[in-house]
Amino acid sequence: MDYLQIIFSETYKILFLLVPVLIAVAMIVWFDRRIWAFVQKRQGPNVVGPFGLLQSLADALKYVFKEVIIPSSSNKVIFILAPIVTMTLALISWAVIPFSATQVLADINVGILYLFAVSSLGVYGIIMGGWASNSKYPFLGAIRSAAQMVSYEVSIGVIIINVLLCVGSLNLNDIVIAQKDLWFVIPLFPMFVIFFISALAETNRPPFDLPEAEAELVAGYQTEYSGMMYAMFWLGEYANILLMCAMGSILFLGGWLSPIDLYLFNLIPGAIWLIFKILFLFILFALVKSIVPRYRYDQLMKLGWKIFLPLSLTWVVLTASYLFYFNLLPTS
Amino acid sequence: MKISRILKIIFMLDFLAGLAIALREIFKSKKTINYPFEKGKISPRFRGEHALRRYPNGEERCIACKLCEAVCPAQAITIESSEREDGSRKTTRYDIDMMKCIYCGLCEESCPVDAIVQGPNFEFSTETREELYYTKEKLLDNGDRWENILDANINADKAHR
Repeated sequence: MDYLQIIFSETYKILFLLVPVLIAVAMIVWFDRRIWAFVQKRQGPNVVGPFGLLQSLADALKYVFKEVIIPSSSNKVIFILAPIVTMTLALISWAVIPFSATQVLADINVGILYLFAVSSLGVYGIIMGGWASNSKYPFLGAIRSAAQMVSYEVSIGVIIINVLLCVGSLNLNDIVIAQKDLWFVIPLFPMFVIFFISALAETNRPPFDLPEAEAELVAGYQTEYSGMMYAMFWLGEYANILLMCAMGSILFLGGWLSPIDLYLFNLIPGAIWLIFKILFLFILFALVKSIVPRYRYDQLMKLGWKIFLPLSLTWVVLTASYLFYFNLLPTS
Repeated sequence: MKISRILKIIFMLDFLAGLAIALREIFKSKKTINYPFEKGKISPRFRGEHALRRYPNGEERCIACKLCEAVCPAQAITIESSEREDGSRKTTRYDIDMMKCIYCGLCEESCPVDAIVQGPNFEFSTETREELYYTKEKLLDNGDRWENILDANINADKAHR
């Protein structure tokens, strides 16, 4: 009976995290479209519910009732597995995100590695989808996205090393607490910028949305998908975007810490601060989407390998030298 | 490359300027309208759904001269006429095939008695093709329904005809 109780309490905790995340994803899709429309002086979705807030729910309902078409020449098992993998990987990474010192589902001591590993696995969903479709556009889209995500993961990894040098721990809560006096965005500002741009590339957002460049590849790896499977890809994509925003706010913007150490600010629960920071980063994501044109493929690769990688490596050396010279290396 | 250009790239000045513009545009007034709830302004000359008008005493204006039928470039209008008991020539049939019609407005221009006019209504889509074969009854009904606006539009445009 004992283990049953553990299962129930854990499931309850997981649902308590995942349901808000899924609702947040639905809201963020609406928010994204709305910002996009506002920058272009359009109204955006504003009919379903107050201010169109329920637009994503209506869309999801539409997808549920649509027919799922599986191409006859596709590899059916992998074809069906791909969106499931994408969505699952996007959701399980939320397990280690700390919403306050105690509110974290799995407080593992290699949290950042787990996060990095899971977000790297995310590319599998896309490759599987593109390959199993057995069609040229999804295949080309999958190849592009594999190359792109691998390239930018390298610089994200090096950026994370920068932060870890200052913290001395892989635990996400320790990373947040290490920023008590100074958020890492100030000493590591160039790394924050590079992290943000790499996150754009990592989540296939404009200006790096080559895998689904509609003018060339129809819809990239999603071309053959329809109905609920398409919706799952979509959900996974936006959950990944939220995750990248959460990762950015934990690594650089002090996670659940309040911006100033005031009594009044500390009264507000940490989860609220984290949500504010995620939203701030997401607004940047959405604004960037609305103002930039798409990169050419060689430019994308050049930016990743010739600029971001050397720059972040140099910064690692700089950070390490600085910390070593002034004897500031974390000791624990 | 000039140094100023390199600095511009490193500090992403163009990108930041674009971001600032985007932020400014967000708070400006919208250029689009909530279509089914608000509608754009329509000129008095707008050529929308057809209508057959009547005189204020209820008599049909159309005298079956068939000028509109003759001028219609799409040959969408079909008219049959006969003599009424009081000796006046009236139409017995006045059909417009709204799917053939190209909304050029020539019928309205050719009409000597302002009987056939094109009104401001553009929302008359239907679910079947049959509903778009307009008969005389339908057109007269349209005329009765829109008479106020049609009259005002003709008066507003009179000076330019």
